[in-house]
Amino acid sequence: MPAPILELRDVCTHFPLSGGLLHRLSNQVVKAVDGVSLQLRSGEVLGLVGESGCGKSTLARSILQLAPVTSGQVLLEGRRLDNASSAELTSARLRLQMVFQDPFASLNPRLTVYATLAEVLKVHQICATTDIPNRVAELLRLVGLPENLMGKYPHEFSGGQRQRIAIARALAPNPRVLIADEPVSALDVSIQAQIINLLSDLVKRLNLGLIFISHDLSVVKHISDRIAVMYLGKIVEEGPAISVIDSPIHPYTQALISAIPSHLTSDSNKRDRIRLAGDPPSPINPPTGCAFHPRCAFVQDRCKTQKPTPEPHADRQVSCLRHAEF
Amino acid sequence: MPLLSVSDLRTHFHTRNGIVRAVDGVSFSVKRGEILGLVGESGSGKSVTCLSLLGLLPSPPAKIESGTATFDGQNLLGLTEAQLRKIRGRRISMIFQDPMTALNPYLTIGDQLSEPLRIHENTPRREALKRAADMLSSVGINEPDRRLRQYPHEFSGGMRQRVMIAMALITKPELLIADEPTTALDVTVQAQILDLIKSLQRELNLTVIFITHDLGVVANLCDRVVVLYAGRIAEEATAKELFHNPQHPYTRALQRSIPALQPKGQVLHTIPGLPPDLTKPLSGCAFAERCEFAADACRTGGAPALLAISPSHAHACQRAHAGEI
Repeated sequence: MPAPILELRDVCTHFPLSGGLLHRLSNQVVKAVDGVSLQLRSGEVLGLVGESGCGKSTLARSILQLAPVTSGQVLLEGRRLDNASSAELTSARLRLQMVFQDPFASLNPRLTVYATLAEVLKVHQICATTDIPNRVAELLRLVGLPENLMGKYPHEFSGGQRQRIAIARALAPNPRVLIADEPVSALDVSIQAQIINLLSDLVKRLNLGLIFISHDLSVVKHISDRIAVMYLGKIVEEGPAISVIDSPIHPYTQALISAIPSHLTSDSNKRDRIRLAGDPPSPINPPTGCAFHPRCAFVQDRCKTQKPTPEPHADRQVSCLRHAEF
Repeated sequence: MPLLSVSDLRTHFHTRNGIVRAVDGVSFSVKRGEILGLVGESGSGKSVTCLSLLGLLPSPPAKIESGTATFDGQNLLGLTEAQLRKIRGRRISMIFQDPMTALNPYLTIGDQLSEPLRIHENTPRREALKRAADMLSSVGINEPDRRLRQYPHEFSGGMRQRVMIAMALITKPELLIADEPTTALDVTVQAQILDLIKSLQRELNLTVIFITHDLGVVANLCDRVVVLYAGRIAEEATAKELFHNPQHPYTRALQRSIPALQPKGQVLHTIPGLPPDLTKPLSGCAFAERCEFAADACRTGGAPALLAISPSHAHACQRAHAGEI
C-alpha cells in the first residue's frame, strides 16, 4: 500500500475560553478536535461526516494550520506542518488546497474569473507571466466551464458555476490534496450532482487526495472510498464507505444513518428507526466516559466512566466499548 | 371540500430588468388534515406561491396578476390588509426556513411565543405565558418555565425551530405553511422536527403545506406532492405514486440525480443547462430546453396543460400523455 499523502496523528485543537471583564483565561477549554488520527492516500476520497458543531470544519482548518493545533502531528507528504515556519507553510499550502461551502461568499465579487485565477498563479509564481492566459483557460476547461466566460464577474454565474470557479482556483497551484468543506450543501439537487461528478472525476484524473466534509450521508456515501464519522471532536467510526453506511457499528453512526429520510420508504424500515433525543452536548463540558453515552440507546454503566479508544473491528476502526457486541 | 384551493395563481415581479414570472398559473388544493409537499429547486416559485397567499410579498415589485385562493370560503387574494391580519397567525401560520434569523434577539422566548395569543385572542399576559409554557413542552422542550425567560441566543438551532413551530401552532391554526423548516438543521434534528410535525398533524388534525427541495423528506412526510418548475406545476401525485411511477421527465431526472437512489460510484445523472430566465417569454414547456425527450412540439405554443392520468396523479408533459415516452 502506498504511503499516505496526508496523515494526522492524534491531532488536538483546543480553544481556551476567556471570560469576564478582563478576559482572564478560565480553566475551561473547548475541545473542538480531540485526538484525531487519519490517513489519506492519493486518488482516495475520505468522507468526513457529523452533526454541526462536531468539529468537522475545525479539523479541516487544523489540517491547513488555519486553526492552532494544540498537540499531535499533521504530515503532508511526510513533512510536518504543525511546527512548520510560515515560509514552509506557504509552500505546503500550495499542495493542500481548500474549497469552501458557500460559493457566493468565497469569491471576490470585484474580480473577474480571469483575475481570480490569474492572481493565484501570479502570487505563487506557478507559471511564467506569458503563460497565465493559457493556464487559466486550461483550469476552466478542467472544471467544465467554457473559456469565453473568463471576463465575467461572479454575480453573472449560477451557484453551481461559482463552485466550479472556486474548484478551479483551488486547483490552480497543482495541489496534491483538496479539502472540500460542505461543497454542495448550498446547491440544488440537480446542481449538486454535477459538482459531485466533477470532484470524483478530478480525483481520478489528477490522482488527488480529497477530504470531503458533509453532513449529507447519501452524498458522502456516493463519493467517498472511506468514511470517518465524527462526534464531539473525536472520530467514532472509520472504514470503507459502503460498509460504514450499510452496516454501521457505532451506535452514533447507526442513529445518524437511520435519521436520513429514506426515499423509498417501507414500513419495516420505519420501525427500526433510532431516534436521537436532544442536541449534541457542549464540547466545553463533554460528558464523562464515552461522549455519546447520554444519547446512546445501548448505554451501560461502564460507558459513563470509561473512555473508549479506536479499536479495529473487521474492516474498520470503532471507538465504542461495546463494539464487539454489535 | 378542500380547506384551501388555489386556482391559476400568477405572481409576477416588476423589476428594472423586466417582469419576472415567478409563479405562472399554479392551481392546487389541500384537503383538511392533509400534508401537501411543494417541491422544486431554488427559483421554482414554491416560496413565492405561499407568500402570495398570505399577502407577505412587498408590492411593488410583486404583483398578483390573477388567480384566486379560496380558504374556507374566503378569497385570500381579495382581502384587505386588516382582514388578512386576522387570518395570518391565527387560522394560517407559517414557519420560515432559518430559525436563526426568524426570532427577535431582543425579546425573550416567552414574549415572542405569547405575542400571537395576546394580539389575536387578547389573552391576559399571565395566561398567555402559561399556554406558551404548555406549547413549549408539547414541542419537546424541557423546563418550559425557565426556557420562557431566556433569549433566542440561548437556544440551539433545533430548539429555535421548535420555538418557531410552537409559535406557529399556539393559536391552533387550521393551516400550517412550513417553508423549508429543516433545511438549516442536522439530519438527527431534522428527523425530530419531522416527527413532531407529523404527530401534531395527527393530534390536531392540522393541514400542512410543506415546502422543500428534499425529495427524501417528501417521501417520508407528505401525503401528496406538487412538483414546481419555473413557476408552473410539472407534476402532482400522491407521494407513493410520485416515487414509484414518476411521469414528467423533470421529476424523473431529479430522482436520478439523487446520490442515495443511485448505485455507488456510478456517475450521477445531471440535468444539463439551467432553469429558464423567467423574464423572457417562454414558449411551450418550460423544461423543454433541458429535457432529453423534448420534441419540436414541446417548444411551441402555450404552457402544456396539467392533465390527470388517474384521480391521484396529474402531470404536464405532452409526450408522456401521448404515450411517446
